[in-house]
Amino acid sequence: MSVLLTATDLSVSYGKVVAVHNIAIELPGSGIVTLIGANGAGKSTTLLSLMGVLPAKGKLMFDGIDITKSPVEERVEMGISLVSEKRDLFSSMSVEDNLRLGCYRRNRSHGGEALEEVFGRFPRLKERRRQLAATLSGGERQMLAMGRALMARPRLLMLDEPSLGLAPLIVRDIFRIVTDLRDSGIAILLVEQNARAALEVASAGYVMELGEITTHGPASELINDRRLIESYLGIG
Amino acid sequence: MNTKSIPLLIALAALLAPYLPGVPLFWVSLLNFIGLAALVTLGLVVLTGVGGMTSFGQAAFVGISAYTTAVLSVKYGISPWLTLPVSILITTLAAFLIGLMTVRLSGHYLPLGTIAWGIAISYLFGNLEYLGRYNGISGVPPLSIGGVELIEGRQVYPVVWLFVTVAVIGTKNLLDSRAGRAMSVLRSGKTAAQAFGVNTTRTKLIVFVYAGVLAGLAGWLFAHIQRAVTPSAFGINAGIEYLLMAVVGGAGHVYGAIIGAAVVVLLKNQLQDILPLIFGQGGNFESIAFGALLILALIYARDGIWAAIDQRFSNRRRHINRDAKPLETAPAKQGDFALLKVEGLTKRFGGLVAVNGVGFEVKPGEILGLLGPNGAGKSTTFNLLTGVIPLTEGRIWIDGGRVDGKLPEEIAARGVARTFQHVKLAPEMSVLENVALGAHLRGRAGFVRGMLRLDREEEERIFAEAMRNLERTGLADDAFQLAGSLSLGASRMAEIARALCLAPNLLLLDEPAAGLRRFEKEELAKLLSSLRADGMGILLVEHDMEFVMGLTDRIVVLDFGTRIAEGTPTEIQRNPAVQEAYLGGVQ
Amino acid sequence: MDSTITLFLLQDGLINGSIYALLAVAFVLLFAVTRIIFVAQGDFVAYGGLTFAALQQGSVPGSIWLLAGLGIIAGTLEFLRERRALTRPKVLGILAGDFVFPLTLTGVAILAAPQDMPYLFDMALALTLVVPMGPYIYRICFRPMASASVLVLLIASVGVHWLMIGLGLLFFGAEGYRAAPMFGANFALGPVPVSAQSLLVMGATLALLVGFYLFFGRTLAGKALMATAVNARGASLVGISPSFSGRTAFLMAAFVGAISGILIAPLTTLYYDSGFLIGLKGFVAAIVAGFASFPLAVAGAIAIGIAEAVSAFFASAFKEVIVFSLILPILIWRSIRAPHLEED
Repeated sequence: MSVLLTATDLSVSYGKVVAVHNIAIELPGSGIVTLIGANGAGKSTTLLSLMGVLPAKGKLMFDGIDITKSPVEERVEMGISLVSEKRDLFSSMSVEDNLRLGCYRRNRSHGGEALEEVFGRFPRLKERRRQLAATLSGGERQMLAMGRALMARPRLLMLDEPSLGLAPLIVRDIFRIVTDLRDSGIAILLVEQNARAALEVASAGYVMELGEITTHGPASELINDRRLIESYLGIG
Repeated sequence: MNTKSIPLLIALAALLAPYLPGVPLFWVSLLNFIGLAALVTLGLVVLTGVGGMTSFGQAAFVGISAYTTAVLSVKYGISPWLTLPVSILITTLAAFLIGLMTVRLSGHYLPLGTIAWGIAISYLFGNLEYLGRYNGISGVPPLSIGGVELIEGRQVYPVVWLFVTVAVIGTKNLLDSRAGRAMSVLRSGKTAAQAFGVNTTRTKLIVFVYAGVLAGLAGWLFAHIQRAVTPSAFGINAGIEYLLMAVVGGAGHVYGAIIGAAVVVLLKNQLQDILPLIFGQGGNFESIAFGALLILALIYARDGIWAAIDQRFSNRRRHINRDAKPLETAPAKQGDFALLKVEGLTKRFGGLVAVNGVGFEVKPGEILGLLGPNGAGKSTTFNLLTGVIPLTEGRIWIDGGRVDGKLPEEIAARGVARTFQHVKLAPEMSVLENVALGAHLRGRAGFVRGMLRLDREEEERIFAEAMRNLERTGLADDAFQLAGSLSLGASRMAEIARALCLAPNLLLLDEPAAGLRRFEKEELAKLLSSLRADGMGILLVEHDMEFVMGLTDRIVVLDFGTRIAEGTPTEIQRNPAVQEAYLGGVQ
Repeated sequence: MDSTITLFLLQDGLINGSIYALLAVAFVLLFAVTRIIFVAQGDFVAYGGLTFAALQQGSVPGSIWLLAGLGIIAGTLEFLRERRALTRPKVLGILAGDFVFPLTLTGVAILAAPQDMPYLFDMALALTLVVPMGPYIYRICFRPMASASVLVLLIASVGVHWLMIGLGLLFFGAEGYRAAPMFGANFALGPVPVSAQSLLVMGATLALLVGFYLFFGRTLAGKALMATAVNARGASLVGISPSFSGRTAFLMAAFVGAISGILIAPLTTLYYDSGFLIGLKGFVAAIVAGFASFPLAVAGAIAIGIAEAVSAFFASAFKEVIVFSLILPILIWRSIRAPHLEED
């Protein structure tokens, strides 16, 4: 399978504190890869640095092009999108405005079609298109954040804890959408604290601990890794 | 070279400079102006650099004092030395009244407020008939000592620099005292200060008045040296100039005030000579250079000149007297009763219920774990318990007394100490000083005792206590480091040491193991076990299951703000609801 | 106070209030997008008005040298910043935008100033000379400290104000200037004479405010700018570059300042330092709005204009004292209503 993104020797520091230390990640052109690990392991930091929001050292290739020094907007233009942990919606703007801004940089000429597509995927958003983003429920906010990212028709979609703070039923919906997106051919990098759920939908996984990648491999192997489950549940 | 001798040498050299043969009088009067500006800037250092309040309006206090003495001595013929206490009193009063409003302003509203009153007061000077409107008041008598009038620059010079020296010593003493530590932590936010019993509003007001009084001293001197007062000397531009001095010199350092004042006064003087020649016309062109200087300083050297010097010579060591009498501790009650009892705790943010009817108890000698996945409401619960945010419903007892609705400092006074999920240490203070803040409520010495150095015995006791707790947490070797240079693990331990300085009966820990390495977690667990053995009650909010399992006596699990389980660690591990909440699983 | 005086004060208050409203909107916009409380906003008023007055009188405005200087500095810094990633289009872009463009404008001004050009030409030229200074200033002073606190940015903006004041004195001298009005006519509104210029001020203000409303409400570019204000990281995630938004916001703020200056130049004598006080009144209105709401800012500005006119009538010496003392209670009210939560 073709490789879409390669990160080598990636390090991110906040002042003197090194949050992510010399990690290597390789993402294929399709399917879900998941990044799991405990709170504070550096998962969100990794995603933010891949997006260019946080400056990183190391080397980053996307589709054969060196993007290590590219600013966020250029990465967006090339087809990388991130749904951040905080969703980062434009809360005082309408759902539709939020979505339309999603294709500000990429795919603007097909904005109308993309909007219909997103509304097709998330009918709830269509019902609420005139409502302010601030008035949405937690699940709808997550859908809006994902919808906004999809407006740009990204080639790589990075999702940071899409299930965070959502009720189990809604988590199920979100995961169904994530698998739909996978089946439509978008490459997805999924960060989840809900490790088992993430590994169930992913083809491969990386495990992070204290800013380093400690294990990686096919999801089917990781899901049966006893040590992994222990460190999550503290059994043993 | 010994650090202490450097300022001393500089001071000595400066003191003698005017009396060296061949030093022109003009330079002496420049030195006098540097001294005056340094007094105001010193206040600004305490206000901005230490207390975190930026003021553009300090010139107004200089003006209030200068006008007071000018009116009294010119219109009523009162001797300058007699007007000094009156000027200071009036400035204090003005600073108190303006401060009452100003310290209540939050964030960037505060500096905006100082611009507002700075401008209003300077216009007031310029429009009051009584104060001579834009012409001001002239013919102010000079100072005199024993019948000798101090007219010439060399005569005034010792007076000015005596004032500066006294102010510098007093300020240094103050900053190195119990009250000073309370002021210094304000800059990094008020939550940590409040958690250890500091009344932040009152402390801010004291800082504000102190800065005003220093400006007032400068104003009184100014009136009698300049022999006239005009409103333009006290306008908003003058206020900004003082701020420029603080920024250039280094707003966080006492000596930064003197350096900043020297740089700006000398530069202004040179520019006033040179620029009109360059531009071929007269005018206040120095503002061009000052504007550029300010911007460049902010881009390239935000901490000022002194910070660069300080890094080289700084020595944060201090002598610890291990034989100091221990601070008093209220005897801890032992036995089977609830140190902390919570019933029906509820918090709603708008329509969102973050915490929903949660209840639990913590007994002495017990560790209770409060567990739950991200977003379960653990941190909100913690903030409700510590009084950081008001609760919507529910009751909280500590040691049998109701504390719901109480302020963080009142809760701290009941022997409750806490740590923070996002470490809140003042990064520019030493670890030891940070930890000593924990003993704030166990000391008495106030502002005046601190300035006059009458607090040494108590300080010894406080620092001995701080050191003891650093040893207990394994940080004794880092005591004199800057808190900002600690690793995350060490920072969390330092927060626990600070909490222990309060001699708490109840210790509340907010995710203490987050981001720690395995051996650090083991150290932490050992420490908490030994505290439990001493009879302390501990509430542990955690995400990390493994850490909690081995350590706690009982566990309460939250999910979506509701209590979903309670029991021993083993019971919790077997609980299907907990497994669902933690491991999830789509199907 | 009879009705004639009331009407007179109202008219006075409305004219001043209109200008304050424009400036207040600029303050709010700049703060929302860049977190900069731009104290130097008012200096654009003086620069705009005085540049216009100079062109009208047939003399070359000194502000052209600032424009050229800012362009060259900004361009040089850009070359230094991008030295590792310079491509041909980038080099050409910097050369065109930061060197050729300002120098051409400077040349045009030198050639055109002595000619007797039409009123509108002078207006347009004054605008094109002053407005680009906004983005240049942002790039030179503020972009290098984009991550600084609101406080540091505020102090830096005071530095910019000092620079502009000092240079303003150099360029325009210490005397005041007054431009000729666009229309000399006067009307009588009941017993009160109303000048056509003052109607122009109010009309232009209204048009600009409507323009802003449409820009932010109807266009994607306007919404993108607002998006940066609402959630800077969210904006950056959809590819809206924060520095582009910053430049745009400064462009608009400089435009608002300069046009305000050009509009009031025929109504009042402008000095090199007049802008600061005018700007501060707009600033008070922005504070009323908590630097967040445009309609509140406009309402506050009109109220300040009227309060100022009334206090000027009854206690003219204390006009400024009254206006600036009014800020404190407003600030306290603002602090209580929207306490800044400590960042966790």
